[in-house]
Amino acid sequence: MILLRLAFKSLRSRALTTTLTIFSIALSVMLLVGVDRLRNAAQAGFSGTLSRTDLVVGARGGDLPLLLSTVFHIGNASNNISWDTYQHFAHHPAVAWTIPISMGDSHRGYRVVATDENFYAHYQYRGGQHVRVAQGRIPSALFDVALGAEVAQRLGYHLGQQIVLAHGVQEHSIIKHDNTPFTIVGILAPTATPVDRAVYMTLLGDEAMHFGWEGGTPPAIGEAAPKLDPSKLKVDEVTAFLLGAKSRVSTLYLQREISTYKPEPLTAIIPSLTLQELWGLLDYADTALSLVSAAVLVVGLLAMLIALYTALNERRREIAILRAVGLHARQIFALFLLESTLIATVGTALGIAAVYGLLYALHTTIENRFGLPVALVGLSGRVEVYAIVTIASAALLGAIPAFRAYRNSLVDGLNAH
Amino acid sequence: MEMSRSTWTETRLSRMTSNAIDLANVVFAYKNGPSIVRIPSLQIPTGSRVFLHGPSGSGKTTLLSLISGVLTPQLGSVKVLAHDLVKLSPSARDTLRGSEIGYIFQGFNLIPYLTVRENIAFPCNLHPARRKRITASTTAEEVRRIATRLDLHAHLDAPVTHLSTGQQQRVAIARAIIGSPALVIADEPTSSLDTDRRDAFLALLTEVTTETHATLLFVSHDRSLAAHFDETLSLATINEAAQMNPEAA
Repeated sequence: MILLRLAFKSLRSRALTTTLTIFSIALSVMLLVGVDRLRNAAQAGFSGTLSRTDLVVGARGGDLPLLLSTVFHIGNASNNISWDTYQHFAHHPAVAWTIPISMGDSHRGYRVVATDENFYAHYQYRGGQHVRVAQGRIPSALFDVALGAEVAQRLGYHLGQQIVLAHGVQEHSIIKHDNTPFTIVGILAPTATPVDRAVYMTLLGDEAMHFGWEGGTPPAIGEAAPKLDPSKLKVDEVTAFLLGAKSRVSTLYLQREISTYKPEPLTAIIPSLTLQELWGLLDYADTALSLVSAAVLVVGLLAMLIALYTALNERRREIAILRAVGLHARQIFALFLLESTLIATVGTALGIAAVYGLLYALHTTIENRFGLPVALVGLSGRVEVYAIVTIASAALLGAIPAFRAYRNSLVDGLNAH
Repeated sequence: MEMSRSTWTETRLSRMTSNAIDLANVVFAYKNGPSIVRIPSLQIPTGSRVFLHGPSGSGKTTLLSLISGVLTPQLGSVKVLAHDLVKLSPSARDTLRGSEIGYIFQGFNLIPYLTVRENIAFPCNLHPARRKRITASTTAEEVRRIATRLDLHAHLDAPVTHLSTGQQQRVAIARAIIGSPALVIADEPTSSLDTDRRDAFLALLTEVTTETHATLLFVSHDRSLAAHFDETLSLATINEAAQMNPEAA
């Protein structure tokens, strides 16, 4: 106890060096813990992109491409699924709901997703959040579209405006559907998921846009486009569909049934598993950041070592006095070790407190701007490991000046001028 | 070297030996170096106030480190307050030093980050033996009493660096005598004081050590101080190693 008081007072007497050293350790711990917390948030946000969907079904192909194209709007599906097949599974006794998704067009780089009202009823992200309409209503007529929040905001669109969609998903598509302009009837609330970066329309609207097309190409120039007859429109295909099973248990059995469906080769993936797989690929960035933060921590600890070591010489007299009043040599060692441990403990506590303080202050901003749900509850296992490793390495490094002080106290005796 | 025993001023009956310090055939050298201390015989009687004259290089501080048990000799025996230091464990020597020896250094003598009050009370907080011997009811009370005695009571809460050199050395006396250790060792404590302050310091030191019945061993290169003491010894004659290499550090 008396040693702890001595160590504390000794550190306080060298307030500037002590503060700077504590600060440098706090900063590096803050980096380490901050990276960890944001990684956690990023992972939670990422795996929350799509939730409560049991299966994503598309034409036969890879798991990742299916997830990327259907949920993240990256890349293209290899093939389509026939409407009959979709209907078969939509009415399957084990299936609670399905959301059809038809893609292939875009508007100024944003994907156009043709779907039906099931999307607004059943699509969920981050736990149980549903897609909400912020302004207007959901598309119901042929030439209605609803915009994702980011699309509306970036392009400055408002309700009632007419837009022309482009064929294909390139930002500068040559073929435009100029003869079928669409009216914005709704703008969706921000979700901080890829939903915000898409334009939504009805399945029949998609067909109307391509009315009179043959084999994926528009009528040749000069050839008269047939006049649109809504009664002749029908949906032939969808690109993919999301599926909610009536019970979790039936998911695996449904997945097998879909994968072995005879009339058409299909792939069904469990989105949470594939999301996890995808996250594993992105995790390199986290490892790199953590390594950099760890390097910063090493620098912070070395700064502490330098501060304690350089103070040793001017403390020889102090050590001699402490020995003269009867402190054991091992207590001199303990005193110096305590100083480094105290510095590291205070630095670590400050660093962690600063991260949580910052996250507390900024978590609404972070959630709204980046869609990262920041969990403020408790310390993660990783943070605890960081704290223990920091304090332990400080003690280990602190043993160097402590041992030097111990040696001095034995060699110098009371002779320290 | 025979010493007169007529200089006893006080016998502390609790200590069953007549000598507070008794060295026999002591040889000490630092690692791989020449002998710094070689003393066939040195006795300091209990209760005496001894002036040990030693020019620089005569091995003073090394001898004092041996007596206070911080260093141990390669050969010979060092008996302090009836304890054979060579036979004690290092931590037993540390405890003996803290409990029974008050030590005053030359120059800056205090723990820089403790207040005057904390510096004075320090030995009592470390050693129950010293705490038990205080005359006042609490350590804080004893600190105040001694500080008043040494005219330091106005500075008790000041950081030690704010004191004058003379005040600092008085704090050192207070710390050395609190809890009445049986032996007080002073190593050139007056070298940083001017003549007036030096005499006042010496008078005060001898007074308060007499009050606590301590044996006082005072070491200095300044022979003119010898008049304040009962007995004078010369390290140059006691320490054979000093005679051989007078310029040794």
